[in-house]
Amino acid sequence: MDKVLNESEGHFFSSRKSTSDIKGKIFVGLTQLAVILIISILFIILAVIVYQGRSKFSWEFISSFPTNGMTEGGIFPALIGTFILVIVMSIAAVPFGTITALYLTEYASENSKFAAAVRFSVRTLAVVPSIIFGLFGLGFFIQFLGAGADTAFNGGELRWGQPNILWASLTMALLTLPVIIVSVEEALKTIPRELREASLALGATKWQTIKKVVLPGSVSGIMTGTILAVSRGAGEVAPILFTGAAYYLATLPGSLSDQFMNLGYHVYIMSTQSSDVEKTMPIQFATTLVLLILTLSLNVVAVIIRSRIRRKAK
Amino acid sequence: MKDIKIKVNDLSLYYGDKKALNEITMDIPANKVTALIGPSGCGKSTFLRCINRMNDLIPSVSITGKMLVEGVDIYDKNVDVVNIRKKIGMVFQKSNPFPKSIYENIAYGPRINGMKDKTELDEIVETSLRQAAIWDELKDRLDDSALGLSGGQQQRLCIARTLAVSPDIILMDEPASALDPISTSKIEELVHQLKEQYTIIIVTHNMQQAARTSDHTAFFYMGNLIEMGKTNSIFTKPVQKQTEDYITGRFG
Repeated sequence: MDKVLNESEGHFFSSRKSTSDIKGKIFVGLTQLAVILIISILFIILAVIVYQGRSKFSWEFISSFPTNGMTEGGIFPALIGTFILVIVMSIAAVPFGTITALYLTEYASENSKFAAAVRFSVRTLAVVPSIIFGLFGLGFFIQFLGAGADTAFNGGELRWGQPNILWASLTMALLTLPVIIVSVEEALKTIPRELREASLALGATKWQTIKKVVLPGSVSGIMTGTILAVSRGAGEVAPILFTGAAYYLATLPGSLSDQFMNLGYHVYIMSTQSSDVEKTMPIQFATTLVLLILTLSLNVVAVIIRSRIRRKAK
Repeated sequence: MKDIKIKVNDLSLYYGDKKALNEITMDIPANKVTALIGPSGCGKSTFLRCINRMNDLIPSVSITGKMLVEGVDIYDKNVDVVNIRKKIGMVFQKSNPFPKSIYENIAYGPRINGMKDKTELDEIVETSLRQAAIWDELKDRLDDSALGLSGGQQQRLCIARTLAVSPDIILMDEPASALDPISTSKIEELVHQLKEQYTIIIVTHNMQQAARTSDHTAFFYMGNLIEMGKTNSIFTKPVQKQTEDYITGRFG
């Protein structure tokens, strides 16, 4: 007791407290610095894009075709091409991803080796570089499936054995599949066991329970997954590089076997292949701005829906 | 024999290696209320869930012995579990209405059985709610979400939902344990009315509830059926010492 009250010990105690105080303050300062750094990087990127692109950004820019060797005019076909791409991609990826998530959460038993292998594959798929998907799409969809289909049904005439919307969309679907699977899985898990039991106890089969209780309760999760996948798919370029994106098209695509223009790809070619890079600079930035607005707003919607699900789950 | 609804023969249940029910043998009479009592973890709920094969949902569970419902072993390979559950309804401890309207909650069971006709469905919804003594409270708000009801109303809605599939047997797993005294007495009253038409098996923690509502009582302890008999005699002159200790509150 005496020792604790001893003056020198008291000093020792308080001085140690102040060193840890300083260390704490330094650490807090560092974290604040990191936060400021990240926010400013984001802000600078946004500011540069908005500043550089604003002169070009207009309704006319969005709604008209490129003109004059793509040094003037708008990005309408690239915008439409991106829309078609993500729609066809979603039609392929959402049902497939939802079914996979259903298998993983509803059907696979807890210690199923197969389910573990599927989960591992999904995780691996998520970290494969996107250019690999592009090469895979070229090899599998175009050269194997497409060329095979041409030989079998088209008498060897080239129709499907070349880059087009369908193959690009399917390639993109593979890339975004993990996003959908994970989101849907998360949503399925929030359906309480009590509700499943209530349905089963009324004599519903497992499938009826899934169809009438589990899936309706997971709609917002499926939507979140779809939106995140769409926003990812709208921004990726590498997978469509060899599988369907076109440099320039004078008309909008009319069938799945046509090539298409794409926002991300448009930025890429504008900055690397253009005849006059200086002149097209504003077009590049304005295109980037459109792409950014598109993906950012999709992400915001996804975040809102997701937070609603989380609140509901609590 | 005619008024025995369920005949249980040497039924044992294992969670993996752990034996949770030990060679249960009992007869459950038709159109009566049978209460299953016993301390927590004694196996009474597990046993209840054997009767409509809800334990099938737990992968590690294995069951031996026989569970004969009207002479049919429900664990026989040729028996369809879906039909079992249509015939044997269940009301859970925590009320679990679907996040749908009151009407859709009741119509759920008939709909999965393929009933589409609107007038027929309307009729079933009304009779089921009447049977569950909740029609007058809810008839003007059938399209409202069931989640907006009070706990007691939700539980009676769940009972009505079970009745809509017209089962023979109703299993109730502590149906009033989360409810206030007034709601509890409504549920008990309901149980009393329903036994005219249904065979009811009710798990309860509450001795008074067992005494008030049931005709027969079975006392479970550590996975064993210790004693079963008329509720009157179980509560007034139990044969087994353990039963007496439990109902007089010496343990549990």
